[in-house]
This record gives sequence, C-alpha cells and structure tokens, in this order.
Amino acid sequence: MSTPTPALHLRGIWKIFGEGANSFLKPSDTHPTDADLNRAGLIAAVRDANLDIQHGEIFVIMGLSGSGKSTLVRCMSRLIEPTAGEILFDGQNLLAISEKELIEMRRHKMGMVFQHFALLPHLSVLGNVAFPLEIQGVDRGAREQRARDMIELVGLSGREDYYPRELSGGQQQRVGIARSLAVEPEIWFLDEPFSALDPLIRREMQDEFLRLQGLLHKTIVFITHDFDEAIRLADRIAIMKDGAIIQTGAPEDLILNPATDYVAEFTRDVSRSKVLSARMVMRPVVPGEHLDETLAYSTKVQDLADRIVHTERQIGVIDDDGSIIGVVDRQSVLDVLVGNEPPRAD
Amino acid sequence: MAARPGSPGPTQTPIWFWAIFAGLATLGIALLFSQDHAPYLSKYPRDWIIPLRFWISDAMYWLVKEFDLGLFTFKELTRSISWLLEWPLSIANNFLATGFTFSTEPGASVILPPAPWIAIVAIFGLLAFHLSGLRLAILVTGCFLYLAFFGQWHSAMITLSSIVIAVPLGVIIGFVLGITAYRHPLFEKWLTPILDLMQTVPVFAYLVPVLFLFGFGPVAAMIATMIYATPPMVRVTILSLRQVPEELLEYGNMAGCTRGQLLRKIQIPAARKSLMVGVNQVIMLSLNMVIIASMIGAGGLGFDVLSSLRRLAIGNGLEAGLAITLLAITLDRLSQAFTDRPQHSHSPQGRSVIGRYRLSLIVLVILSVSWFASRYFPALGVFPESLQITTSQFWDNLVKWINVNFFDQLEAIKTFVLINIMMPVKRFLLKTPWVIVVAVIGLIGYRLGHLRLAALGVALATFIAATGLWSKAMVTVYLCGVSVLFAAFIGVPIGILAAANSRINRITQVVIDTLQTLPSFVYLIPVVMLFRVGDFAAMLAVIAYSIAPAIRYTILGIQQVPVHLIEASSAMGCTRSQIRWRVQLPIALPQIMLGINQTIMMALSMLVITALVGTRDLGQEVYIALTKADTGRGIVAGIGVACIAIIADRFINQWSRKKKREFGLPV
Ligand SMILES: Nc1ncnc2c1ncn2[C@@H]1O[C@H](COP(=O)(O)OP(=O)(O)OP(=O)(O)O)[C@@H](O)[C@H]1O
Ligand SMILES: [Mg+2]
Repeated sequence: MSTPTPALHLRGIWKIFGEGANSFLKPSDTHPTDADLNRAGLIAAVRDANLDIQHGEIFVIMGLSGSGKSTLVRCMSRLIEPTAGEILFDGQNLLAISEKELIEMRRHKMGMVFQHFALLPHLSVLGNVAFPLEIQGVDRGAREQRARDMIELVGLSGREDYYPRELSGGQQQRVGIARSLAVEPEIWFLDEPFSALDPLIRREMQDEFLRLQGLLHKTIVFITHDFDEAIRLADRIAIMKDGAIIQTGAPEDLILNPATDYVAEFTRDVSRSKVLSARMVMRPVVPGEHLDETLAYSTKVQDLADRIVHTERQIGVIDDDGSIIGVVDRQSVLDVLVGNEPPRAD
Repeated sequence: MAARPGSPGPTQTPIWFWAIFAGLATLGIALLFSQDHAPYLSKYPRDWIIPLRFWISDAMYWLVKEFDLGLFTFKELTRSISWLLEWPLSIANNFLATGFTFSTEPGASVILPPAPWIAIVAIFGLLAFHLSGLRLAILVTGCFLYLAFFGQWHSAMITLSSIVIAVPLGVIIGFVLGITAYRHPLFEKWLTPILDLMQTVPVFAYLVPVLFLFGFGPVAAMIATMIYATPPMVRVTILSLRQVPEELLEYGNMAGCTRGQLLRKIQIPAARKSLMVGVNQVIMLSLNMVIIASMIGAGGLGFDVLSSLRRLAIGNGLEAGLAITLLAITLDRLSQAFTDRPQHSHSPQGRSVIGRYRLSLIVLVILSVSWFASRYFPALGVFPESLQITTSQFWDNLVKWINVNFFDQLEAIKTFVLINIMMPVKRFLLKTPWVIVVAVIGLIGYRLGHLRLAALGVALATFIAATGLWSKAMVTVYLCGVSVLFAAFIGVPIGILAAANSRINRITQVVIDTLQTLPSFVYLIPVVMLFRVGDFAAMLAVIAYSIAPAIRYTILGIQQVPVHLIEASSAMGCTRSQIRWRVQLPIALPQIMLGINQTIMMALSMLVITALVGTRDLGQEVYIALTKADTGRGIVAGIGVACIAIIADRFINQWSRKKKREFGLPV
C-alpha cells in the first residue's frame, strides 16, 4: 500500500494524570508498568498510542468507559497536553506550535462535536452556529448567511431562533454538528456524539452523519463505546483498553482476526452477515466450474444470502475490473451465519 | 450497611470520651471550691494578658501618621481614594436627593433640582413592569409611594444614592477578585481565609480603622459597606465559574477562543444566573449595612433609625425602618426579576437602534418632561408636605398603651425567662474555670476531627483568654447559646410542619423570605418597644433575626430524605409519627444542624448590634471601641467574636459531614 502523508500521525503518545506526571516519564524512556504507576499514584489514561489517520476516512476509536478514548482525542486537538509522544497534523508538529498558532489551527482546521452537545445556553440556534465565526471576527451578515446554510444542511431550517433548551436531544446535536462544520474544518472530531440519545434517534443521526460525510468527505475521528455504531460507520476501527490501543483495522479484520480475546469478546455478538462481504467468504474458483451469476466483491453477506441459501447456485465474485476472483455458495454463507470459521480465500 | 474498612459505620461515642469528660467536670468543681490553690486555672490572670489591642492601635497610629510610601504617605493614598469615590457618590446624591449646584460652596443656589419624585416612581414602576409584569410594578410603585407619603423621600433618596454607587462597585470588585482567584489557585488560597475573617468579624470592628483611614462621612460609610457586602460576591463568582460545564470550556477552546473571549462569551454568560445571586447578595447586604454605616457618617434612612432609637422615638424609628425594609424588598425583587426574566424566544434578529435603547429613551423622556413640569407644578418635583402623613404618634401611643396596660404581664414573662433560664446559664458559663472550657473544646474537637480540629479549637479559645476577653466572651456565648436554643425550639418544629404540609410550607417560605430581607437593626425596634433594654430584649431580637435558617434547613433536610426509605418504613408498618421520629428526623439531623450553624452565625452578627440595647458582651466591647475610636480594642474584640464563630462553624460542619457520610448522603 502506498503511504501518502496521513492527516494525523500519532507516535508514542502517553497521557499520565497525577502529580509529577511529567517528571515521571522522562528519566527512563522505557515503558512504565502498572506497578510503577501505582506506586507513584498516577493514572495512565493513554499508553503509547500509535495511529495514522488518513485523509477522508472515518476512523472510529472504540472502547469501554474509562478506556481513555476521550483523553486520546483531546490529545489530538491539544485540549489535553500529552505527557509524551509526537503528533503530526498534516506533517506539522502539533505539539511544537505556539498558543497563537494553535488558536488559528482550531479556528480553521478542526471541528469538534461533544457528547453532551455543549451548546451555549444563552444563544439561539443561529447564534450558536455562527459563534465560531463570530469569534474569528467574521462580520454579521456573512456569518449568519453561513450559519443558515449549515442549519439547512442538518435539516433544522425554521428553528434558527429557538434556544437550545427548546430543542430535543437529537435536534441539539444537529446544532452541535452544524456549528462544528461552519468553519469547514479539515479534521472533524466527534466524542460519543450520539451516546446521549435514544436508540431510535441515534440510528437516525447515524444515517444523517453518513449522508453528510457522503457530501463533505472530511477526515473524521469518531469516538464511541458502541461496537454496532462503530462497524456501521467506520472505515477503520481502533480498539482501546485501559489506555492502550490493542488493535487497529477494518471492521471485517477485527471480526475475522481478533488480536486478543478482548477484541473477540466485542465482536462475538455482532451480526457477521452485516459486516462481512462476499470477498471475505468466497472460496477459490475450481477450474471449469459452472457459475450461475456474478456479484460485486463488496456485497455484504446479508444482501446476498437470500439469493443462495435455498438453492444450489454457485455465484461468481468479481472485482472492480469485472474479473472473477472467487465463488460463493450455500455452504460458505451458512458458515458465516452459523459462526463457523469462514474459508480463507488466499 | 456493611462497614467498609477504614470508614467505621455509625459509632457510639466511645467510653474514653465520657471518662475524660467526667474527669474534667470533677476537676472543674474541685477548682471552683479551692480557688486559692491555683487561681490562674479558674480566672485568666491579668498579668498574662497580651496587650494585643495596644499593639494594633499603635500600628494603626503609625500607619496613619507616619507610614510613607515614598512619593506620598499612606494617609494621602487613602484620602485620595476617598476623593475619587466622592465623585460618583455626590453625583448620585445630587441627582436623587439634593440637586445640582455646580459650586462647592455651601448654600449655593440649586441650578438643577433633584429628579422629581414622580419621575422616580414612574421609572421604577416601568422597570418592574418591563422585567416582570403588573404585579411587581404594583409592589414597587406602592413601596415608593410609601416613601413619598410618609415623608421618607429625601432620606430614602440619600440612602438609595449610596446603594446605587456601592452595589456596582462592590459587584465589580468582587467579580474581579473572584475571576483572579478562579484563574490563580495560589491567590485563592490566600484570599479564602481573608474572606472568612471579613465575614465573621463583626462590622463594628472595622468601622474604626475605616474611620481613621477615610475620614468621617458618606464615603467612609460606603467603603465600610463595600467591605461588608463584597465577600459573598467573590465567593459566588468563584463558585459559579467553576460550575460552568467542562464541555463548554472545551468547546470554547476548540472554537479557537482567546482567553478573553472564553471569559466574555462563554464563562460569564453561562454563569450568569448564579452570578446574579451574588449581585442580589451584595444589594441585600448593602441595605443591611445602611443603619450601621450611618454611625460613621452615612445620612439617610439609617441615620433616622439610629437617632430615633437613641431617643426611643419608636414611631419615627418604625417608619424609617419600614422604609429601609421596603427599599430592600423592592431592590431584591427587581434584581431577582432581572435574573429570571424570560429570554425572548424566537425574537427577531438585529433589533433596531431605537428598539435596543427604547427603555433608556423612555427614562430620558420621563425625566425631562417631569423636570420641566415641576417648574410650574412644584408638587410634582418635591412631594408636598401637606399631603404627607405619619403614624408615629399612633405607634408611640400604642407603645404607651401597651406599657401601661400590660406592663406587669410583659415584665412577668421577662423576669421568668431571665431568672429561670438565662441567668443560670450565664452564671454557669462565667463560673466555669477557663482551663476547663478550653479542655472541653479540645476534647470535643479531638473526638470530631482529631488533632487538627482540637488544636484549632484550643488555639482560638486560648486567644480569647489571652487577650483578656474571657468573661465578655462567655456572656456572648451565653446570649448566643440561649437565643439559638430558643430559635431551634421554635424553628425546627415549624420546619417539620412545613415539610409535611405544602400550604404551611408556602406561607412559611413567604415569612422567611421577608424576615431575611429585613435589615438586622429593624428587629431592635419592636423589641425595644415592648421590653426596653437588657439581655431579654437582645435575645428576642437575636431569635427573630436568626431563626430563618433553622426553619429553612429543617424543611430542606426532611425533604431530602430519600423517598424509598419512607416507603420502606411504611411497608414495615411504621406509624406516621414513628416515620417522623425514627426515620425522617435522624436522617435530616445533619442538614438541620447546618441550619443551626447558620443560625449561630447570624446570632453572633446580631449580638454585636444588640450592644445598642445594653448587653455586656463582646458586642458591647466592640461598640465601646467604636464610640471611643479605639482601633485595637475594637479589632481584638471583633476577632474574639470571629473566634467563637469559627469554632462553632468548624465543629458543627465536621459533625454534620461525619453523620452524612455515615448515612451515605451526599456531603
Ligand atoms: N483530568 C483527569 N485527571 C485524572 N484522571 C483523569 C482525568 N481525565 C480522565 N482521567 C482518567 O483517565 C481515564 C480515561 O478517561 P477518559 O475520559 O479518557 O475515558 P473514556 O474512554 O472517554 O470514558 P467514557 O466512555 O466514560 O467517556 C479514566 O480512568 C479517568 O478516570
Ligand atoms: Mg469520554
């Protein structure tokens, strides 16, 4: 795989909370153990995180409560100063820039959406969405025009003059989203944006989010503790536990090749047919075999199942160029649905 | 509840505590009967007294007379501060009360008369209507009409003009200090004990130094008012900035706010509601100071009350006192209405210039029209004396009548309580050897909070002894103690009733709210009317002034008892009175004790004022110091009162925290 400059590059990021955290890491560059930290009365919220986030991808960080997700994403925007490590934002060393440059960068290149919306209670919807432009000194007419556009984008037209407390949770988060998009950020951080919402609304908001990303193609860091949400949205997922990233990969990778029992535990209850695609379940072609029809390699198992399960058909799997790269049949689909290890198509 | 290691469950007071206590009691009795052996244990010897008050007086003298800051002396500095403050104050005073002369010579002819009374009534009425509605407008207009009809207008405007300047200044200073403390923890660490002291040392104690530094007059009075009224604003500012949700701050940073933008556009607006609580406090405390401030030169209503009290002209005092109260109620309700005013929802964006300044325009129009009109109809400018009424004669007669017809009954009550309750307590406290009292304080402190608390209690109590204030302090403790006991015996049952019955609750809330808006001095008037001077009269005033928190916290404590506990007890078959006595009260007790603590604090601050009706305690000491302009004497006695307050406060808080933790209630 070729490696263009990642949008965000993290190397060896540590965040240790507690008194004397800064002096704690420096003397030895080795990794402190739990016992070391305990003795010093410190909490390692992020341990040695290494990540590359590519332009235009939806990168989901997933882990249970207290695993350090929020801390990690706040390190990425320097809301929290990492204890050690290196962060490159578009190749630029984020930790070395001055306070002023940081403010500029946040004003123009970063957007963030918060779990509890963080709307300003004293401003109307319009005022909230225009706020980031207001503090940049954009004049009233221009910023309100832009704000109206954003409000329309998230489907809240007509509510410009409402106050946050007059809106439902889902509507409030739409305002949060519109607000964070008003400055056209290059990178978009979302810290559990839908966790405070009811399940039905959450689903609706996920669809909305995917629709927006289809239009905007931002680089996205999305935090969640809900694995279903992660696989619905993610291009790639990083799983965190106790401050450490224990696996990074595409949703399918995590399901098929969990790095640890912990990851396997997460993926166990996931409906595999929704995640796995034809490519992952096909078997090699037997030369001279008869194929009834073909389908694209990215088709999800769930969508091809009813075409196969009650028949004896053999369906060819084709890649982007239209050449046949494998075959799916009843047996391979049943394996997935029942949870047997699917055949590997090497 | 399973006892966790390290935090023992509810425990009985251990044997050793009672053993030592009994030992001390015996020792105390022994000392009493053998005073010749070790007299210094019973009475703090005169030779041991630390002449702290003289040191302080000398230091003050040096500060005022000799301290030189290089370019100018300290006194020049303070006098120029007064000069600076004089400006806004005299403009406000000219505008509201005396009119502008544009000349400093006394007796110069008035060029622009003060704002016509009709204009002030109209403006305040309109403001009330704008902020809240018709009801408040009627209340406010009514209050101001009282001032006009009862001949209080001029004095009230003098008072109002100092409030109008003192409050914004106090708010701004408190706000700036609060923000600085919020941003710099080290500064906060220094500031907190100073604030504690400012709020526990009685006002009288610092009137003298203020007098020395700033001279006699309205400016000095205003400075004293600000010293008294600002600390809560500082605390409220720190607290309300801390309460702004972390996420909002993070959002502000992510949006790229500078520090100033964060403060102006996020923190202050988000904290606005609680900041306004601080503003309201400043207003109320400033009004509370009105009478006291008149002792160092504030004129106005405070002066009227004070001089009538001194002349025992009850009727006049009552009317002026009522005027202060009405002013307090008006300003209180107005500031609350300002806080709670509905934010206009769906309001059109970008209001026109006229729309935005509409209110100020109206005010200007009213003022100029009425100024103009009052040239031709003077009755519109100055309320005509022929229309004024007074009820003072009626009150004086009433008092006379009561005293003629009920003298024996009132006297009987007074004597009964004095002889059977107050005197024994007083004698007990005065007789108990000081060493024993200090030791008991240490013992209780140790039981509650181990060495630190014990050391604090012993140190503060010893300070009182060492400055030669022991017996006066014991009189303070006795007066305070008896008053608080009465307040608790009256207040807690009322609270219990109110908690159980929503109608009683509503009535009680109104009564408490009113009680708390009354300036402390006002309580003296009816008491003096009926019982003249002395400990009993003082006690009644203290009870009336300090009872509100006992009621309020009792209601709160009982309402905070978790519902599931009450349901569980009913399910077990408890009767209603069993639930009340076995479940609600024990669990509410820590909260009730916090209320009692507040009652003690208020009682102590009131006690200083009751020195005016002739108590012989620390309050009197402070008051004498004030009349003799003796800085050291006043400050030392004031710190003595603060010591008592701090001991009571720390001990009760510690006890309450401990209990709450045992019950698993939020601390
Ligand atoms: N300011 C702080 N001081 C001390 N410890 C902290 C601080 N902030 C976070 N922690 C600790 O760091 C760890 C990670 O916290 P973090 O908020 O990043 O978790 P999270 O994965 O976002 O959890 P959640 O899903 O609950 O939001 C936790 O153990 C937390 O207690
Ligand atoms: Mg989090």
